[in-house]
Amino acid sequence: MARPLRAAEPGGLDARLIGFTEELRGEGVAIGTSELLDAFAALGEVPWTVRADFKEALAATLAKSPEDRRVFELVFDRFFFRAAEAEAAVQGVTEGEGFEDAAQIDVDALREQIAQALQEGGSEGEMRDLARLAIAAFGERGEGSGVIGVDVQRIRRSLGLRAEPQPDFPEGDPRREGVPRDQLRRFEQQLRRELERGQIERTRQLPPARPLSELDRSLPGGPIQDLAAVHKVVAQLKRRLATQGKELRGRRRHAHVDVRRTMRASLQTGGVPVELKYRPLRPRRPELFVLCDVSTSVTSASVFFLSVLHALHDSFRKLRSFVFIERISEVTEVFERERDFRRASEAISRDAGVADISGYTDYGRVWLEFLAAVEDDLHPRATVIVLGDARTNGRPPRDDVFAAIAAKAGRTFWLNPEPRLYWNYGDSVIAAYERHCTAFECWTANQLEEFVKALTSTHAPATGQR
Amino acid sequence: MPPVEPTSVEQVSDGLRSVGYLPGESTALVSYLAAKLGKPVLVEGPAGVGKTELAKALAKFLGRELVRLQCYEGLDEAKALYEWNYRKQLLRIQAEASGTGWDAVQEDIFGEEFLLARPLMTAIASPEPVVLLIDEIDKTDQEFEAMLLELLSDFQISIPELGRIDARTQPVVLLTSNNSRELTEALKRRCLYLWLDYPGVEHELEIVRLHTPELSETIARKLVAIVQEVRELDLKKPPSIAESIDWARALLLLGAEDLDAQTFRQTMSVIVKHRTDLDTVAARVGVRLEGAPDGAASPRG
Repeated sequence: MARPLRAAEPGGLDARLIGFTEELRGEGVAIGTSELLDAFAALGEVPWTVRADFKEALAATLAKSPEDRRVFELVFDRFFFRAAEAEAAVQGVTEGEGFEDAAQIDVDALREQIAQALQEGGSEGEMRDLARLAIAAFGERGEGSGVIGVDVQRIRRSLGLRAEPQPDFPEGDPRREGVPRDQLRRFEQQLRRELERGQIERTRQLPPARPLSELDRSLPGGPIQDLAAVHKVVAQLKRRLATQGKELRGRRRHAHVDVRRTMRASLQTGGVPVELKYRPLRPRRPELFVLCDVSTSVTSASVFFLSVLHALHDSFRKLRSFVFIERISEVTEVFERERDFRRASEAISRDAGVADISGYTDYGRVWLEFLAAVEDDLHPRATVIVLGDARTNGRPPRDDVFAAIAAKAGRTFWLNPEPRLYWNYGDSVIAAYERHCTAFECWTANQLEEFVKALTSTHAPATGQR
Repeated sequence: MPPVEPTSVEQVSDGLRSVGYLPGESTALVSYLAAKLGKPVLVEGPAGVGKTELAKALAKFLGRELVRLQCYEGLDEAKALYEWNYRKQLLRIQAEASGTGWDAVQEDIFGEEFLLARPLMTAIASPEPVVLLIDEIDKTDQEFEAMLLELLSDFQISIPELGRIDARTQPVVLLTSNNSRELTEALKRRCLYLWLDYPGVEHELEIVRLHTPELSETIARKLVAIVQEVRELDLKKPPSIAESIDWARALLLLGAEDLDAQTFRQTMSVIVKHRTDLDTVAARVGVRLEGAPDGAASPRG
């Protein structure tokens, strides 16, 4: 709900800062009192008038991981921008619409100019002016949608700005090679800010402060999300997994004594086993069968997931991947050939040939085909992973066949890219499958990491774990 | 060099520059806060962005000695804090005339004389303030981290036989981590946080130029642009800053006139160190350098 505006709350900076940390906490950044005290202590040492110093001092004391830092940036901008705008609206300071005569703007020249500026990395002020021009030219047509995010994307599209190369543009056009991704993000941020400013000035009300959508932190969901983020997740996952198995606790910490080698070593000391030899701890390297739903509802999540698994190839003894919609198709080779996430996903959608008639997932048929294809290879040391939303579109779930698969394989996991809240609503029949496997929610990078940990841990996870 | 007590962020920034370390925006500020507030700093970031270098530079600039504790798996108190000098104790007991009572000997052998100070102890017992670098803290196990807590928050060490040893001087403490495992909340809470990432084009260019001033501007620019591009690829080990400096030095030694496809092929093993990575880089960057000798390698942004 929109808050009516009033002058700054009493309490000055202290209260503001506490408000700010409250907002950070609301976004899941763990801030204790000691951090808050540190922040105040740090602010005692830096000039408040320098925005960068002020911000860095807060960041160093409040945000203590790269993820927290990212949330911090977003919340910081939003919080202090809104604070300033609210104050301006109360005091009646407006910047005016500026470019009333939208019709006079030469649209093509503007497109060109903006792309040029993005390519060269223009200054903050320049970006801002261009963003305002762009809004004047494209934003107000049809009064905007009222949702800022949608407007930003619409303006971006009408400017023809994309990070990917666009060969349709003529030679020499700055957009042909694709705009640098970080510049594009900067420009979008300016657009968002200017749109928000306009909205506040028009309505003299602060728009409701929405929490950062989970999407900002979730798995790459669509083509707009950048690949760099994907690579970062994968790289970190790899490093984390490399240190796996060393944090075993209790009994598992200790390896078993290798009696043969111990006796052998004891020969040096006259048969007294002075030095104990242990069996090396070998991490479990499972044999994996991965089944991914690639119907439109879950495509990006599943292809991303497949690419993660293939990036982690070293951790598994053998990995076979299948994609399915109405029927299954093996794509192990595609991933071995293509290291690139995007190209792999293109190749899959082009060649896999999994859709038959309707394009809706048919789990019953998939299980039958899968069982026929790998029945002889399944054994108690194999792990089967299914990624899908378990939405059968009204078709029979055939959980009896699924049970047969689960019985043959040692471990069976189900990853559902939907939040648990939506499970078993509508045509989702995950409960029927959950009886035969361990089901995980998997729609943020953290959940994915948890899962991969469980998968590669040296011991089998407790059954029925959620 | 006499000890320096920094009074402003600019001073720290200039000071770090003067000892050959070009700090990023937040680096100088956090270093300044660390010195002022007496709080440890947790420095995280990918390998090779100058985390350890920062500690060295800070020690140089502040005119303090650097005490370094390299962490590894299985590091324990005896290696990090202190250890009783067992041999010396034995000798002491043997040298004692047999008439002396146990009490007297016991008093004797658990004195400071028989204590072997390890890095952490050295750091807080030093009469001059030092810079303490705890390198790659993520390589140790959680128990060790817990042991550090007392030291980091109160700058003291408890030794059961002797009692508490308080810091005589306040060290500047830097902990580095490659983020290979999540550190405990308790540790993070006691630290300031600094995230070092790969530098931007201009910043890296400045760093390379600082270390190899003889290299021509154009080659340096090309080199940095390529390194940045290589980092964008999906590699097992992306090149670090240290490696771009190495590469610049190598080019200098070879007397390279220009960074063309051939030079690149010959020297790229300086920045890329995996068999599969070499193939990827050769395929992506090498081929492109051949295709477009000028335009492609020019700096972006």
